[in-house]
Amino acid sequence: MSKELQVAALEQGTAIDHIPTEAVFKVVSILQLQKLNNRVTIGNNLSSRKMKKKGVIKISDRFFEEEEVNKIALVAPNIKLNIIKNYEVIEKKKVTLPDEIVEIVKCNNPKCITNNEPMNTRFHVIDKERVILQCHYCELKMEKEDIILK
Amino acid sequence: MKPKSLVDIGDYNKEDILRILKSAKEFKNNPNLDLLQGKVCASLFFEPSTRTRLSFETAVNRLRGRVIGFSDSATSSSTKGESLKDTILMVGNYADLIIMRHHLEGSARYASEVSPVPIINAGDGSNQHPSQTMLDLFTIYETQGTLDNLTITIVGDLKYGRAVHSLIQGLSDFNPIFNFVAPDEMRIPEKYKLLCDKKSIKYAEYIDFAPEAINSADILYMTRVQRERFTDLMEYKKVKDSYVLYNDMLSESKPNLKVLHPLPRVTEINQDVDDNPKAYYFQQAENGVYARQAIMCDLLGIKI
Repeated sequence: MSKELQVAALEQGTAIDHIPTEAVFKVVSILQLQKLNNRVTIGNNLSSRKMKKKGVIKISDRFFEEEEVNKIALVAPNIKLNIIKNYEVIEKKKVTLPDEIVEIVKCNNPKCITNNEPMNTRFHVIDKERVILQCHYCELKMEKEDIILK
Repeated sequence: MKPKSLVDIGDYNKEDILRILKSAKEFKNNPNLDLLQGKVCASLFFEPSTRTRLSFETAVNRLRGRVIGFSDSATSSSTKGESLKDTILMVGNYADLIIMRHHLEGSARYASEVSPVPIINAGDGSNQHPSQTMLDLFTIYETQGTLDNLTITIVGDLKYGRAVHSLIQGLSDFNPIFNFVAPDEMRIPEKYKLLCDKKSIKYAEYIDFAPEAINSADILYMTRVQRERFTDLMEYKKVKDSYVLYNDMLSESKPNLKVLHPLPRVTEINQDVDDNPKAYYFQQAENGVYARQAIMCDLLGIKI
């Protein structure tokens, strides 16, 4: 079998590898990649030795602030970001959940004020390991599998 | 800087609570003062309420303040689609303080973030009702002379009861012992048992309304078992009848025991208890006025 690359190499930018296949488009949405003018390559269901199937996202000429990428930990807590310059990985960044998540998650309580007013949602991350969030307003606790992105 | 508000009893620490209880005691001795003269308090009840609204408004009136507001959202501009933020910003320009009840959970927290004046949460859905907790704490403090080291037996709906959850939270820094008496379907949620464990609070759970839970108590806090929580009507009837307090059940109780209830009561305290000097639920409701006077003055920085 040839060792042909499944996704073209990146000269400069950010490569997010080993994304669980079900999380790829959620990562796109969290990082708002649809709004970028940079070249973005999205690969999904690619073969992976570690994960059998995986997703990859490469973004040319774009480096993210820690605050931006940490939100990815909501949907893919174990991924790493490769920072690439001159076709070389110069840094590998782990994602860690921030203490607070603003706006990207929807509160699952239909009687919560955030679902009835034009306002931002706000959650406290009360367990980073198990990914448990608590709504700042109605105090509802949500576990990882219940989290819905806005 | 945002003004201080009372949204959740957890916003107040032990010193805050004791400060307010001491001033509530002074208001009980002398409820008619001029402390709110020249102040306008907005009473925004997006959801109907009798006891809470009337006791807040009485509290303001007895301190010579003026009340504006509405007692039903049908008479507010929210029916025209106005956002809560806009209503609060507008009323915040008229009044010195906003007392708000709203059916949406988290509404009071949000209002406190946008309001230019203090917000008092008078109930946000099934979430928080901190002035009820303050009046409960005041009644306990008044009748026992302290909040420390008391045995509190709580009976009824411990799963959904908002007053119960906030009371446990409010007492958690005062080294209480809790007896939780509830049917299996309405047992105290894990979250509150974890809080007790974290603060080294001793507690026992009872399925039966056992004599030792009554006889060991300094405070017997009764709550209503609500019919709408049950899918099986037979089960409701069985449960409802097992958690009724009759006067003769108090015969072996401690001399300092007081029976409390956040009201309205249905059948869970038999009428024959009412004449027992240990029955204190109507005085507890009266204490709502003094506790609310104390909360309002505290938020406005007015010293008694």
